[in-house]
Amino acid sequence: MRNKIVFACFLLFFSLACQREKRDIRPSPTDLAIYDEAARESALRPGGPVSPQPVVNNPYNASGYDISEGQRLYNWYNCSGCHANGGGGIGPPLIKKDWVYGGAPANLFDTIAKGRPNGMPSWGGRIPEYQIWQIIAYVRSMNGGQPTSATSSRPDSIETNPQNIVNRTTGVTK
Amino acid sequence: MVRTKSVSTALAALVWVPLGFSQIQNQPDDGQWVMAAKNYASTRYSTLNQINTQNVKNLKLDWTFSTGYTRGHEAAPLVVNNTMYIVTPYPNDLYALDLTKPGAPMKWVYQPHPNPSSQGVACCDVVNRGAAYYKGKIIYNLLDVETVAVDANSGKELWRTKLGDINLGESITMAPIVAKDVVLVGNSGGEFGVRGWLAGLDADNGKVKWRAYATGPDKDVLIGANFKPFYASDRGQDLGVKTWPRGGWEIGGATAWSWISYDPELDLFYYGTSNPGPWNPEQRPGDNKWGSTLFARRPETGEAIWAYQLNPHDLHDYDGVNENILLDLTINGQPRKVLAHPDRNGRMYIMDRSNGEVLSAETFVYVNTSFSVDLKTGELKLNPTKKTGFNTIRDACPAPPGGKDWQPSSFSPRTGLIYLPHNNLCYEMQGTQANYIAGTPFVGMNVRMYAGPGGNRGAFSAWDPVNAKTVWAINETFPVWTGTVVTAGDVVFYGTMDGWFKAVDAHNGTLLWRFKLGSGTIGQPITYKGPDGKQYVAILCGVGGWSGAVVAGGLNTVDGTAALGFANAMTDLGKYTTKGGMLYVFSLP
Repeated sequence: MRNKIVFACFLLFFSLACQREKRDIRPSPTDLAIYDEAARESALRPGGPVSPQPVVNNPYNASGYDISEGQRLYNWYNCSGCHANGGGGIGPPLIKKDWVYGGAPANLFDTIAKGRPNGMPSWGGRIPEYQIWQIIAYVRSMNGGQPTSATSSRPDSIETNPQNIVNRTTGVTK
Repeated sequence: MVRTKSVSTALAALVWVPLGFSQIQNQPDDGQWVMAAKNYASTRYSTLNQINTQNVKNLKLDWTFSTGYTRGHEAAPLVVNNTMYIVTPYPNDLYALDLTKPGAPMKWVYQPHPNPSSQGVACCDVVNRGAAYYKGKIIYNLLDVETVAVDANSGKELWRTKLGDINLGESITMAPIVAKDVVLVGNSGGEFGVRGWLAGLDADNGKVKWRAYATGPDKDVLIGANFKPFYASDRGQDLGVKTWPRGGWEIGGATAWSWISYDPELDLFYYGTSNPGPWNPEQRPGDNKWGSTLFARRPETGEAIWAYQLNPHDLHDYDGVNENILLDLTINGQPRKVLAHPDRNGRMYIMDRSNGEVLSAETFVYVNTSFSVDLKTGELKLNPTKKTGFNTIRDACPAPPGGKDWQPSSFSPRTGLIYLPHNNLCYEMQGTQANYIAGTPFVGMNVRMYAGPGGNRGAFSAWDPVNAKTVWAINETFPVWTGTVVTAGDVVFYGTMDGWFKAVDAHNGTLLWRFKLGSGTIGQPITYKGPDGKQYVAILCGVGGWSGAVVAGGLNTVDGTAALGFANAMTDLGKYTTKGGMLYVFSLP
């Protein structure tokens, strides 16, 4: 029994480790029809329950390489100019629980690609789709939405350490 | 008899007027408030004296008005013809309130509906600093780079001029002034790689008469044969091109986002330009003219007469935009026409406003980024250990918002003192690569600010411009981000970010009265004579601005680099105040 548990842990560890090292050589486009359904911003469903909302998973979740690419791109496209290292400034903070337009990966994709009316630029056609997903992977990591095995433990900026932030905002690391 | 008396009064007035006007600080005052800075000399001094050091303790709340908005309220209300006008932060609504009726009911509201996307290019909250009244019009700027003129009686839009493009990162937050029928307006966007300019618009129809860029060739900067800078370092051809790396001037900032003063006698107006962009100086070798520079120009043509670059090759986001108070003073035994300019770099520049000579430039806060200003060459002697770039520097003072930011000071001819609302902040920084993408921030620096020596993040102090020294100072917990007004009753008003509106004695800074506002204030207090002949004092509250973005924008201060590093110094602001725009008007019972 005990051996089985150890073995299971072993398997789990390796599977996570594999995901962490995963690199997508040829990024595949997302099925946008599904994605539109997944990007709804309201939990209200007039007329009663309907079939569950489809979930779009970020193809680059949990990959150390893609999260770090996302961080590089986050600075490269000047996301940091408005959202700082997650604390916000010109734009709202990204380290938070309440997302005006939804915090699910599909919502974040929508926000980046289409923009939002109160100042968020529309980046669709400027940032390639796979890079948007990498940026989303990084943004999710700020909120502890990525396994610690895949996120950097050292800050790039003068202060911000994503792991510390998670500890200080929610009290838990994921 | 009656006739004789009126003639003698008129004669007395004739005799008195030339004496009164002999010094520019003694501006005519009818008890109204027609431009944000009160008058062309920008003294923010009122001759009203009903409220004085003895009775100010009895000041009572008279009426209030909610603007309905929750971002930073930096505007000065105007009072003209028994009507009060208030400009809100974005969406820049203009309210007219009837002062002749109890409770000052609304006469009308003008809603210009600027483009909401402009909120994404406002570096430091979506503020507006107020309007100007001119010949029956209320003239002010909209965040989406427009200037509008509204009929002061009816609230009808008279003209509306588009001056720039939010997709280049431009916006406007400043309060215009009108001189010789020319509306003077400058853009914001020094953190967005815009090209800074100041434009002159025809007050009658809003048509652009001229536009003076702050970077580029002399013909664009409106530098011609009459341009005579005092110092050799500001002389030469096309310095707005030659002091930049190739093409850097096209995205070099140097915007005119703040105050303008005007001397009708010399026929010169004065203003400063912002930081050059990006903040990271290693990406823009050279002096970066005409960033962080004071200009004197003619209002009718925009032609530059002199310029003085305060911070060549700016290293710390030291914009040169702060107010210029025009004064006639006796300095070293000589009567001089001066301007007083408390700069972001922490120095109070007293300059001859006829030619741009620096007479003194002493520090009014703790400064370690520079040692002194050489009055012979005009050179600011920098501390080489605080040089920024692709490196990390710690304990540089003052921080990017400067010893003092936009918050305008006042001057009393009765005390001879300048009243300075200011900061006490230091910072640490780390340079990064700024990447130019039109319409997005162009900064290249991770910054964290914190309180300077003493631990107080702000102060309110009185400066003697003749002897170039502080006379008294009051430490405040937070940066003092309001304007000030000083009166002939020798009372100075200012407010704090934790919501106290205060009256202190102009002679010694003794606290005489205070009132807790609903939200922290970053507004500009004014005083006026009501239709009932009584003196009133008014201020907007509504915390925000660069310093208050942590509350107004709901930032997460876990990231100290938020709000360009200001968040690090303001982590506790949310414990002291919440947001909300409200006008408060006070009077004696």
